[in-house]
Amino acid sequence: MTAVPIESQRVTWDSARILAGARLAARRTVGPLAVLILWHLASTLQWVDPRFVPAPLTVLHSFKVWVFGPAGAGPYSGTWFMHAGNSTFRVLVGFLAAAVTGVLVGCLIGWFRLVSDLLDPIIQIIRPIPITAWVPFAVIFFGIRDGSALFLIALGAFFPIVINTAVGVAGTPKLLIRAARMLGVRSHMLLPRVALPAAMPFIFTGLRLGIGLAWVLVIVAEMMAVKSGLGFAMWDAYYFLRLDIIIASMLSVGALGFLSDLAIRLIGRWVLRWSRGL
Amino acid sequence: MNKAFALDSVRQKSRRIVARGLCKHFTDISRQERIIALDRIDLEIGDDEFLTVLGPSGCGKTTLLNIIAGFDRPTGGDVLLDGEAILAPGPDRGVVFQEYALFPWLTVEQNIEFGLRERRVPKGQRRPRVREQIASVGLTGFEGRYPQELSGGMRQRVAIARALVNDPKILLLDEPFAALDAQTRTLMQQELLRVWSAARRTAVFITHNIEEAILLGDRVVVMTARPGRIKEIVAVNLPRPRDVTSAEFNETRRRVGSMLESEVQATFAALQSDSAR
Repeated sequence: MTAVPIESQRVTWDSARILAGARLAARRTVGPLAVLILWHLASTLQWVDPRFVPAPLTVLHSFKVWVFGPAGAGPYSGTWFMHAGNSTFRVLVGFLAAAVTGVLVGCLIGWFRLVSDLLDPIIQIIRPIPITAWVPFAVIFFGIRDGSALFLIALGAFFPIVINTAVGVAGTPKLLIRAARMLGVRSHMLLPRVALPAAMPFIFTGLRLGIGLAWVLVIVAEMMAVKSGLGFAMWDAYYFLRLDIIIASMLSVGALGFLSDLAIRLIGRWVLRWSRGL
Repeated sequence: MNKAFALDSVRQKSRRIVARGLCKHFTDISRQERIIALDRIDLEIGDDEFLTVLGPSGCGKTTLLNIIAGFDRPTGGDVLLDGEAILAPGPDRGVVFQEYALFPWLTVEQNIEFGLRERRVPKGQRRPRVREQIASVGLTGFEGRYPQELSGGMRQRVAIARALVNDPKILLLDEPFAALDAQTRTLMQQELLRVWSAARRTAVFITHNIEEAILLGDRVVVMTARPGRIKEIVAVNLPRPRDVTSAEFNETRRRVGSMLESEVQATFAALQSDSAR
């Protein structure tokens, strides 16, 4: 058979397409814009106490000072990078620890019946306990330091990763295992050669859930168990009634969470490029 | 043509596969029923022979292939490949599955290269063999594609190349074209015959399609419905390429068809008594 590769589809940018895109963008801006305007009116017309709900422009100004202001001119001047950096560092380290152990343990649980019988009950018992319930323990064991934040984040992110990996590995199609054995893969190599790549879509689902939880937990940990980071800044600002800083922290966490999820999505899209359109 | 004569004609050539008294029993746990998938199968398959196995669904023909492949162990009797007992699957028996069973995360080229890489064939030797195999199944230009992006017929070409690149002693095909549309199926049958006659190796081809069995096979093994036994072995002495519209072909088709019909009816009757229970 003579077969010709299909030409990759080329996207053409004609005016109708651009117009339709602009219209869509405009429609999608209406909602957030309305919220901003309402917020602004509520604050400036004093529908609510502006001390509790600072106006958007106030928040923007405080945010700017927090990020770019001169250091030493107060707790909320030029300290944003320190706090955001601390939080990001904790999330990354905790998440990486959870990813490595979660994928490793998940592979073993999914592949070996014995490991599954031994470990799965433990996981099923611990998993429904909210990670926040571990805060007292974390503080007792690791003190008011990075350790307790890392412990909470790693523990929280571990569960979705380990469970998804185990499900993916256990669900490796039997036919692919047969094909691999027919092609000479020895039994101890079936896990890395077949089950692990077959489980990749599940593993990335677990990783995305894990990174989301990591950002939730870093804020909890910093509010209760550490003295730096965006969570700490939020809690500290609460004592001084600096709600503008709290809002700025919330927006920061949202943006950082979005970016880290985007990073995993992009890596996942590359790793799983074979499954596009599956 | 009777079974003894057909076996005699094979004895002239060297025998690649010898099965003696092959049985496979298993228990259907959900129905507390003992099932005899294969019952005392005696079969010899010659070097270079293209053997097709024809039977109604559920007659154990796939079980037979799985035992030769080494995926299943028989519960009785034995099966030898070049005089040695088959204990496990291996690249000396290339298997082509109905559902392709390609590794979806590997490209066409990587799928075909998989077995060579696994056996640590040096890269310098792998590349030309893979390229030659890709060319012989007509997939040049598709090396970098993933199975997801290919049609059923093309996926099955990859599967055939993936098995052949390891230079197997025998090619085992389990209803490989059953999921393809009629035109693609005809094309793939021709392609398979071309590749097979170029490489000259033993092939065992499972099918439930009478025409396909006669078109491809040097001999057609007709199996009975459960318990799976060999009903008859029909030698197809038609010159290749075979003309499916010729009188001789249709004569053979009619003969094999009448053999199979009683078995299909037996299967149907069994199904009805099952559902009546």
